[in-house]
Amino acid sequence: MTDSTTSSHYAPGTHPDLPPPRRTTGVVGWVYKNLFSTPLNIVLTLVGVWILYLIVPPLLDWALLESVWTAENRTECWDKMEVAEEAACWAFIKSRLTLFIYGFYPEAERWRVNLSFVLLIFAILPVLYDKLPGRRHWMWYVAAFPFLVGWLLVGGLGLAPVETSEFGGFMLTLVIGVTGISFSLPLGIALALGRTSNLPALRILCVLFIEFIRGVPLIALLFVASTMLNYFLPPGTTFDLLMRVLIMVTLFAAAYIAEVVRGGLQGIPKGQVEAADSLGLSYWKAQRLIILPQALKISIPGIVNTFIGLYKDTTLVLIIGMLDPLGIGRSSLADAQWAGLAREVYLFIAVFFFLCCFGMSRYSLYLERKLHTGHER
Amino acid sequence: MTAAAPPQQTGALLRLWRNKEARSVIVQIVTVAVVCTLVAIGLHNVSVNLAAIGKEFSFDFLTAPAAYDITFSPFIDYTSRDTHLVATAVGVLNTLLVAVCGIVAATLLGFTMGVLRLSNNWLISRMVYVFIEFTRNVPVLLHILLVHGIVVTTLPAARQAINFGDTMFLSNRGFYVPAPVPEDGAGIVGVVFLVAVIAAIVFRRWAKRVQDETGTIYPVFWICAGVIVGATGLAFLATGAPLTWEVPALKGFNFQGGMALKPEFLALWLALTYYTSCFIAEIVRAGILAVSHGQTEASYALGLRPNRTLQLVIIPQALRIIVPPLVSQYLNLTKNSSLAIAIGYMDVVATIGGISLMQTGKEVETMIIVLGIYLVISLVISAFMNWFNRSIRFKER
Repeated sequence: MTDSTTSSHYAPGTHPDLPPPRRTTGVVGWVYKNLFSTPLNIVLTLVGVWILYLIVPPLLDWALLESVWTAENRTECWDKMEVAEEAACWAFIKSRLTLFIYGFYPEAERWRVNLSFVLLIFAILPVLYDKLPGRRHWMWYVAAFPFLVGWLLVGGLGLAPVETSEFGGFMLTLVIGVTGISFSLPLGIALALGRTSNLPALRILCVLFIEFIRGVPLIALLFVASTMLNYFLPPGTTFDLLMRVLIMVTLFAAAYIAEVVRGGLQGIPKGQVEAADSLGLSYWKAQRLIILPQALKISIPGIVNTFIGLYKDTTLVLIIGMLDPLGIGRSSLADAQWAGLAREVYLFIAVFFFLCCFGMSRYSLYLERKLHTGHER
Repeated sequence: MTAAAPPQQTGALLRLWRNKEARSVIVQIVTVAVVCTLVAIGLHNVSVNLAAIGKEFSFDFLTAPAAYDITFSPFIDYTSRDTHLVATAVGVLNTLLVAVCGIVAATLLGFTMGVLRLSNNWLISRMVYVFIEFTRNVPVLLHILLVHGIVVTTLPAARQAINFGDTMFLSNRGFYVPAPVPEDGAGIVGVVFLVAVIAAIVFRRWAKRVQDETGTIYPVFWICAGVIVGATGLAFLATGAPLTWEVPALKGFNFQGGMALKPEFLALWLALTYYTSCFIAEIVRAGILAVSHGQTEASYALGLRPNRTLQLVIIPQALRIIVPPLVSQYLNLTKNSSLAIAIGYMDVVATIGGISLMQTGKEVETMIIVLGIYLVISLVISAFMNWFNRSIRFKER
């Protein structure tokens, strides 16, 4: 009220806003707040920088700056380096690239693998991208896809037959991964419905199956597939090893998916079931229209995690003698011309798996955000 | 609905099908019948197939000599003249050893990384994030092979072993550490230690009751630690320090004496630990984030210091969210330890399910044993963790 000019030129309330203190805004503010705000923070930052200094420059040198990309064998590789054996020899990977991709698939028939890969892209598109025009019709193609590609890869009916023991490399990973993913989801949902059903006999059978599968490691099941599964079949029947592996991987993933979906089913309020009942919907209609859409939505992160786990577990087939990328890598390392280049091989395969699995987890995050339509209060 | 169906158009069976109770009974009978038939056909096929190649279903082979060597058997003095049963026991113990060591180490590393991931420090948080994402998106088998390759190829030979003060040696033959050798009187120290632990537990219960009734708080942790350490230390000195260390020493091409952690064990343990700890870190992070910030604020408003807030408000609530997924990670680690076979660590799958199977040709029997052992281990871990989960569950009043 008093019009005092002793301490300020401004009347109360008329002073223009001052800029915030320099330490709290802009780059300086960000650095101060996130890196140097407390003594502990300063120490952590210094430790972090030190670790990065120890790891990143040597890694860059090894993997990129000093690496050799063209050579006939490892001695030539090492001759090209300033210090032998101190840098990556990517020429090795280059010379084995077709093996890593196709395994021992006959060279003349590799177009079938390439075509399958293109078909796979067209099958994944409508699944991932729901705004695709004519998505409903695409879904028929998606449903037929596993069988179409199965015929394309194995042959028969006009195509030259290819033994599944010649499958290998990333192609084998994709075959096992895609088959496991596409068949384990419906099977897992069925098991989850069985486990939550009102019919005790059905429920007990599903519980037994799920708990048995979840209690044993996949490698033991693969051993079962490779050694004793044939005994359970009628005498005289032989059963392709890849087929047995596919069945085991699918059953294994289905048990885990069943548990994830059961979690989703339990997250649906009972009122939803009762509302469906009171509308006169049958069990299957209620599940299909009311319960499952909601339950699956909340179980998406878990389902995708299971898929990622399945995809990574495809490497286990190496232990029963199939040549997935890791198997190809190990047998390549036994080659005297290239022996001892394990780091290159493992890093290469690691990057391949990282790209696939990281992509899947990012997609699941995107889907989660998109489907989060605000039911939580 | 059943009543509304016009009776003249439907047969008795159809009428039965439209009755909800009858239908559920029919469905169950049919399912059980189908499953039983399949199982019976399968078992019949097994007996026919086994008979056709002249094999007999029996577990007699377990008492026959195994006739193969196991390089790593820290608990049982195993020789190749021992039976398959002993070999299986060695395998089980090796599996349990790597599982227990892995679970302990992965929990510690996982909780540390989870907390670092939540750190205010942008750099550390990002670095941990990159490590976690890269590690858990790459197959665990690759990690195991990679670490094994590093241990075997890049560590020096035994003669040039990395020397930790002349007592511990790290080389491509493994990690050699001094082994404790108890002497006369070590038993007394052990007994005193056990008594001290029991006394500490009793004291803790009593202190909790006093606090519940009167509000008086004793420094429980320090008193317990003091009792355990003090009593054991006194007993140790009073009995004349009955413990010596057997230090490994280089003899010929390898070390003799001491405790040896073989490269296979080291590689498997390290790889399983850091792989699983990445999953645990994410679980811990999610658990801590899930405790609403209002809880912290309320606790501050009550005048609790940040340490006590963490200890009494945040951690108990976060644990309830963390424990169930943590259990499944423990189970995963145990099951992933079966990948040991890829690097030649002799666990259950490698002994009974690997070499014993090859030598005896008893596929069905050995596989049944392997599956049974894993089922039992999994069930025990889940039962224990379910019990733990119940004990920390929110107690509604």
